[in-house]
Amino acid sequence: MTYTPSALQLQREAAKRRAARRSTAIALLSTLVVGAILIAIVANAQGAEAVRNSFFNWHYAQKSFPRILDGILLNLRVLLIAEFFVLVFGLSIAIARTTTAPVLYPLRLLATIYTDIFRGMPLLLVLFLVGLGLPGLRLSYIPNSAVFLGTVGLILTYSAYVAEVIRAGIEGVNPTQRQAARALGLSQPQTLQHVVLPQAFRNVTPPLLNDLVSLQKDSGLISVLGAVDAIRAAGIETAQSFNFTPYVVAGALFVLLTIPLTRYTDWLIRRQDRAQRAQGQF
Amino acid sequence: MSNVLQLNNLRKSFGEHLVLDDISLDFPAGSATVIIGASGSGKSTLMRCINLLEELSDGQILLDGQDISLYGTAADAVRGQIGSVFQAFNLFPHLNVLDNITLAPRLVQGKNREDAEHHAIALLERFGLAEKAQSFPNLLSGGQQQRVAIIRAIATGPKILLLDEVTSALDPVLIAEVLSLISELKADGITMIISTHEMGFAKQIADRVVFLADGTICEAGTPTEIFNTPRTQELQGFLAALKEAGRL
Repeated sequence: MTYTPSALQLQREAAKRRAARRSTAIALLSTLVVGAILIAIVANAQGAEAVRNSFFNWHYAQKSFPRILDGILLNLRVLLIAEFFVLVFGLSIAIARTTTAPVLYPLRLLATIYTDIFRGMPLLLVLFLVGLGLPGLRLSYIPNSAVFLGTVGLILTYSAYVAEVIRAGIEGVNPTQRQAARALGLSQPQTLQHVVLPQAFRNVTPPLLNDLVSLQKDSGLISVLGAVDAIRAAGIETAQSFNFTPYVVAGALFVLLTIPLTRYTDWLIRRQDRAQRAQGQF
Repeated sequence: MSNVLQLNNLRKSFGEHLVLDDISLDFPAGSATVIIGASGSGKSTLMRCINLLEELSDGQILLDGQDISLYGTAADAVRGQIGSVFQAFNLFPHLNVLDNITLAPRLVQGKNREDAEHHAIALLERFGLAEKAQSFPNLLSGGQQQRVAIIRAIATGPKILLLDEVTSALDPVLIAEVLSLISELKADGITMIISTHEMGFAKQIADRVVFLADGTICEAGTPTEIFNTPRTQELQGFLAALKEAGRL
């Protein structure tokens, strides 16, 4: 027996299509109206001309672009390395903080002090302390390069943030999961690796990626130590021309750099959301 | 007797997978309809279609003669007139029993707190839960939680009550207290649709039993007809399996 939709259903589907078309039209219209208002406000501002010349100057944008591009490639390298170590250290600290064995008490204490300090201290201060203080010790085996020390500073601060996110994920896993794994004879580390951590990471992926996006843009702060990254490069260009367009170019490149990860985060959250709705009754 | 709810040729498919096929049922005021069938036969989907949690693939639903399956129907307003209780209780863990019950009357029906609480306490007293009014759900037994969930569902005075396997997560002792509450509501004349695996209870409370198999109504009739003189092979097989499992 083949199924043919009833007249009622065809009517309902037509109504649904009409509503969908209307929603699209409304979205388009409201976007156009909001856009027009914003443009009108900016274009009619008294200093619009001056701002356009000193911040959005095509000539200077073109001229500074190659140098800033070189700079952003440095940022990209820094953040890839930093992200890797941040995840490794963050995970280690989180695990250290969630241990319960009495003999590991000093480890827990250290991990707690570490996260307290580096979550509370402004990143800029950490960069100064590491970038200017560490070379002061004159330890010959530590490279005295702004890029290296800046990266270390980023890793120190962000490991503390990421550790707290991962710890929240670990503690969010239902204790019965741990019990079930132990009841099957899995050891504590096995339980952690095969049962707890996979669930913990799934729960905290969105906030974790959020921290990594934040790290990406903060990689620009290593410029305060003199590393010629995108921001520093823009500063050099600006110093030559007294035109601020290079900073805008650098800003645009940073945004472009973070967009893939933010979109990926959004997609991941949506997917998790759908999966949850599929299993729940509401 | 007028029909509180009427389903006409309901169809629901998830992509290629057909879950409900050509379901037509009338629910007279004050009647109790019990839906039985194996897991995956479409019982829960049918419930979810009725309170508009699922979009129909075809067919029509009339609530008090009003078509609630028309595109653009205000689903929230419809659900306010349909009480739903599910297997997992779903009480709000951050609210005490009283607040759980008064939430919808206050937010959806706009009652003031005093009236809503007065009504809620009367219901709790009637069903022997008055001393639990200030308790939080995690301190209640499963049976108590489910009874509170049912009271929460009827506190808004719905036209029909959907009970979807409400005892499946409970042990036998707790099941009894939930079932006796449902029987009292039936005596009150509340129209209800019940999906359950408790066949003894089905026999006792049902005005009509509907047997679903593969998304279609395989057989429908009085409890005596369904349980004593099953006509189709599917129902005979289902009852035999229940008997073997000691559930009948």
